Amino acid sequence: MSCLDTIADYGLRSIGIGERVLPRGDGIGLCEQFTLIGSGLIWNVYFGALALLFGFVFATALALAKASPRAALRKPAEWFVFVFRGSPLFIQFFVTYEALVLLPQGGLHLGGLTIPTGWVTSAWSGALFVLFLNTSAYAAEIFYGALRAVPKGDLEAADAYGLTGWARFRRVVWPTMLRLAWPAYTNEAIFLFHATTLVFFSSFPAYQQRGDALYYAKYFADKTFDPFIPYPIAAFYFVLVTLTIIGIFGVINRRLNRHLPQAARPRLRIRPQLIR
Amino acid sequence: MFLSCADPSALSGLNWLICYLTTDKQLMFYGSFLVVLLLLVVVAPVALAFGFGGALAARSGFWPLRMLGKTYTAMVRGIPDVIFFLFVPIALDQGLEYMRHKVLCPDWTAPIRQGNDFLVCPAAKLPPTDASPFYQESYGFVLAVIAFAIVFGAFAANVISGAMNAVPRAQLETAEAYGMTPGQVRRRVLIPQMWTYALPGLSNLWMILIKATPLLYMLGIEDIVYWARELGATKSKIYAYPHPDWRLWYFLGLLVFYLLLTRVSEVVLKRLSARLARGQATMAGEALRKVGA
Repeated sequence: MSCLDTIADYGLRSIGIGERVLPRGDGIGLCEQFTLIGSGLIWNVYFGALALLFGFVFATALALAKASPRAALRKPAEWFVFVFRGSPLFIQFFVTYEALVLLPQGGLHLGGLTIPTGWVTSAWSGALFVLFLNTSAYAAEIFYGALRAVPKGDLEAADAYGLTGWARFRRVVWPTMLRLAWPAYTNEAIFLFHATTLVFFSSFPAYQQRGDALYYAKYFADKTFDPFIPYPIAAFYFVLVTLTIIGIFGVINRRLNRHLPQAARPRLRIRPQLIR
Repeated sequence: MFLSCADPSALSGLNWLICYLTTDKQLMFYGSFLVVLLLLVVVAPVALAFGFGGALAARSGFWPLRMLGKTYTAMVRGIPDVIFFLFVPIALDQGLEYMRHKVLCPDWTAPIRQGNDFLVCPAAKLPPTDASPFYQESYGFVLAVIAFAIVFGAFAANVISGAMNAVPRAQLETAEAYGMTPGQVRRRVLIPQMWTYALPGLSNLWMILIKATPLLYMLGIEDIVYWARELGATKSKIYAYPHPDWRLWYFLGLLVFYLLLTRVSEVVLKRLSARLARGQATMAGEALRKVGA
């Protein structure tokens, strides 16, 4: 069987398209490992991209709430950030999974309306939800720090132009906040993608062996008893993902800072701060 | 544990709960919290040493050493640490078995990798098949500690090399002007001065390390996650203490444990950083000076 056949069979295996039975025994070659682990990467990108997208909006709201003078807004935001930044993501997965499992099997009955609950315990929804909350908390802390670092002069200039409320936020505060937060936020995005590898090692089941890159890497390592091939392959894919993120965020960074003179533009530096 | 717990089925209410919380299995669960703390206490200094070595190597004048240090510090940036946690223990295990195999069974001719098997002679097996259960457990734990130390050493190397670069150039030049050798500059100025710059990063790292400890579960260690799943699962009538699915409560307990641990660390580290900022030519040091004056 040529490598192209393998790619046709297993390229989309992680989302349930193609050959059903995973390669085993002598059927495991370099090509199978590359294809299947790469196929699993679809899940990592799915979790990372969606959590980041939803999290970005929620984190902005959280950061504003945390910086609010009103305790009714500030306190819940502070607690949310404290709980999700102070505890391991791994435990958050377990807690959420066990809580979701306790929902009634037949669905929630709300005034004659039945909301099905079966889907919330699967990884695509439940794990995404946890990752979304988690990255929101981390990003909120970054945005909060940036919000407090918005130069006073910018705000005074906004006042001088007669900008208030939403217009002031949209046109002065928010862009400056993003500009200041962007290097740290890039870092957060990278480590969020790395954290997606935990999903299938917590309680969330890999339905019909549809897992992420590390799930398949571990599958191969367990089957061949040779860790020196699948894990470096997974590592290789993640280096590619990391470089892609740096590329995309770098473009956005340039756009955010396009009004500054060349030398004054902050460069992105990747600093490790992972595992939650 | 208590005499009154002899017949659990006759108990009810608070007595039942007290007896339930003091069964042997529960005590092992409490003991596993100590395993987590032990891991933290052992890994922190080892990782710091690794980080120190990595950072010094990355600054070395000898280029193979410098490349090694740079690769080591760079590897954790692009690759998820979970991969290292899975890879390092099994790779180490096979590496050790391979070396023992070479030493202990020199006349063994069969290849070690046969298809999908890794076969060494029986004498080279680790842990030895006749070893005590305690030995077997500790072997897994030691491999886990090494995996943690390697990953967190790389993180620490990043922080420390950043801190070494942050020490003001003028201070090092002053030391050189006094005629100190490169080694003396390193020992007397660079390393003592670096701590104040390294502390925020190292504090962050300590928090990350705390939050990485539940990953022991992935390495097959009987840690708090293992016991929470084990004890929380539904217990039917055949058990002495039957109860429904309590895993949620067990995991909420773990959540609170971690929140407390990170909170306490935060407070302690804040004090330590104030202590280290004293007399430093930084903003924090300046603030302390003004308060004192």
